[in-house]
Amino acid sequence: MSGVEQVQEPPRTPSFAMLRTLGGVAMMAGLLVVLVFQVTKPIIEENKRIAIEKAVFRVVPGAASRKDFVLGAEGLLPAAEAQAGGETIYAAYDAQGALLGVAMEAAATGYQDVIRILYGYNPACECVTGIKVLKMAETPGLGDKIAFDPEFLKNFEALDARLAPGRDGLLNEIVAVKHGNKTAPWQVDSISGATISSKAIARMINQSGQRMFPLIMRHLDRLRAGG
Amino acid sequence: MDPNSLTFIFLNAALINNFVLALFLGLCPFLGVSAKRETAWNMGLATMFVMLVSSVSAYAINWMLTELEIEFLRLICYIAVIASAVQLVEMTVKKFSPALFRALGIFLPLITTNCAILGLALFQTFREYDFLQSLAFSLGAGAGFTLALMLMAGLREKLELARVPSVSRGAAMSLMLAGLLSLAFMGFAGLGGSHA
Amino acid sequence: MSALPNREEKITLDTFLRGLWEENPVFVMLLGLCPVLAVTNSTMNAIAMGLATTFVLVASSTLVSLLRRVIPKQVRIATYIIIIATFVTIVDYVIQAISLDLYNALGAFIQLIVANCVILGRAEAYASKQRVGASVVNALGMGAGFTVALLCLGTVRELLGAGTILGFQIFSANFEPWVVMILPPGGFFVLGAWLLLFEYLKQRKERKLLDSEGAIS
Repeated sequence: MSGVEQVQEPPRTPSFAMLRTLGGVAMMAGLLVVLVFQVTKPIIEENKRIAIEKAVFRVVPGAASRKDFVLGAEGLLPAAEAQAGGETIYAAYDAQGALLGVAMEAAATGYQDVIRILYGYNPACECVTGIKVLKMAETPGLGDKIAFDPEFLKNFEALDARLAPGRDGLLNEIVAVKHGNKTAPWQVDSISGATISSKAIARMINQSGQRMFPLIMRHLDRLRAGG
Repeated sequence: MDPNSLTFIFLNAALINNFVLALFLGLCPFLGVSAKRETAWNMGLATMFVMLVSSVSAYAINWMLTELEIEFLRLICYIAVIASAVQLVEMTVKKFSPALFRALGIFLPLITTNCAILGLALFQTFREYDFLQSLAFSLGAGAGFTLALMLMAGLREKLELARVPSVSRGAAMSLMLAGLLSLAFMGFAGLGGSHA
Repeated sequence: MSALPNREEKITLDTFLRGLWEENPVFVMLLGLCPVLAVTNSTMNAIAMGLATTFVLVASSTLVSLLRRVIPKQVRIATYIIIIATFVTIVDYVIQAISLDLYNALGAFIQLIVANCVILGRAEAYASKQRVGASVVNALGMGAGFTVALLCLGTVRELLGAGTILGFQIFSANFEPWVVMILPPGGFFVLGAWLLLFEYLKQRKERKLLDSEGAIS
């Protein structure tokens, strides 16, 4: 608190000492952060890659490799070449290199906050093949069942998503119905006690599918060829 | 409701995901200055104002850092800017409205250590809000903070007159009250998602 | 405070233990409550958060203590904040490199360690006046105290809210979890309950002391 704390050699101007200290500390901070950033960057990218791959392989059963594309205003481009923005889709292939399905993200508001999922679409059977919840804040014990309830997830193992004859939208809208009232293959059987969360999932797949599935069909040959 | 609409962002920040009662941000001032309604109100206003300023600055900084591709300096820049924003606000208010400055008193400098401000800047970055959305978000967060503070102050003023067991005086009782308020706020959860 | 300026402490067991019990940052000083309540809905999160905070606390205390003679008084707070923000950024990247799942579970609260008043408080009140050794020991004690407090909340909330600890089933399958414990209100209730317990213990001790004194006289 007293003068003992000050720098031993009395500085010419106090502001010089301030600048020197702040500048020095800021330099050191910058150096440290850059160093750590450089060291961890490849590890983090590898982690992210594995995380995406795991999710993609889960929603497209049987997949062995994947390739990223961007579907945007310029049409379909491999992710590395895409300049303008667009939606990233992950094409998944089996061990022989045949296209098994396409995984993409969808989002909608659930009970508490936005729910974000990754889901798989199989152009051969024109159906949804699986979902994985990426982010949610639904009530534990109720709404969060959408992520792991086996009965609910069964809905998405072969959810009918045939295109309308005009090839510009779905033949049947994907909708959530009350628990136990599922009658058609394009309906989602809600979890009782988590209707809003279940509806949100059906809604986001429907919205995303109406837009994306016709586009995917249009570029199917490029996707099959692996770009 | 469209999750990107300004109304939804405002309501979400103010009620559904209230900064204090659902996200636990800004608890220090929440427990510290909620004893009287008047101080709570002033603190709320000051925080809302600083939130607005730092939200705008954070938006500008993030844009700059992204352009330069040095996002790893984000945290350091944010905290430095928030600290200076608080200082700046303090000086401006002092110069142009001494009356308001006296009313806010010690609350202005206290805001620097309020993690709600830094939380706001970080959340708006993570959620990739554009400029208007950031504004709506910061206004909502500020309104929610003020609301929680006022409710708490009202409860605590009443509690002054009540006879409670000696062990539960002070912080423990405040936390229990906050828990009840938080429970009540969970009722807002269905606001956003019940219809397409 | 001005009565004992710049008194440099000897390192004793007390330097460490103080943070654990007598000056526990959470239960006694009520500092840094935001992360305490926000990430303690499971034991694992509580441990990770505790360790991350302890690292930042120890590292920044060391640096502040090393630099204590060259930092001019006027800019000390700004310097401390830069130092703390640096270490937090480092922790942030390290956790991302260790486990993305953990990183996603903790969310923005890793970066919010910057605004944890325990750390700035230690830098200002202790590390800026003491030798490096004492600062490190004291910071370790505070970090341990903070971690223990997080664990106290994390285990109770996970046990009651999900019937598990660290993911292992503790209660039988018939146990209906108290979901509210994992939700935000549960955080307030459990911390409130711990504070009640400590206050009760304190008052009982005082009463006993009073009684025994009365008996002597």
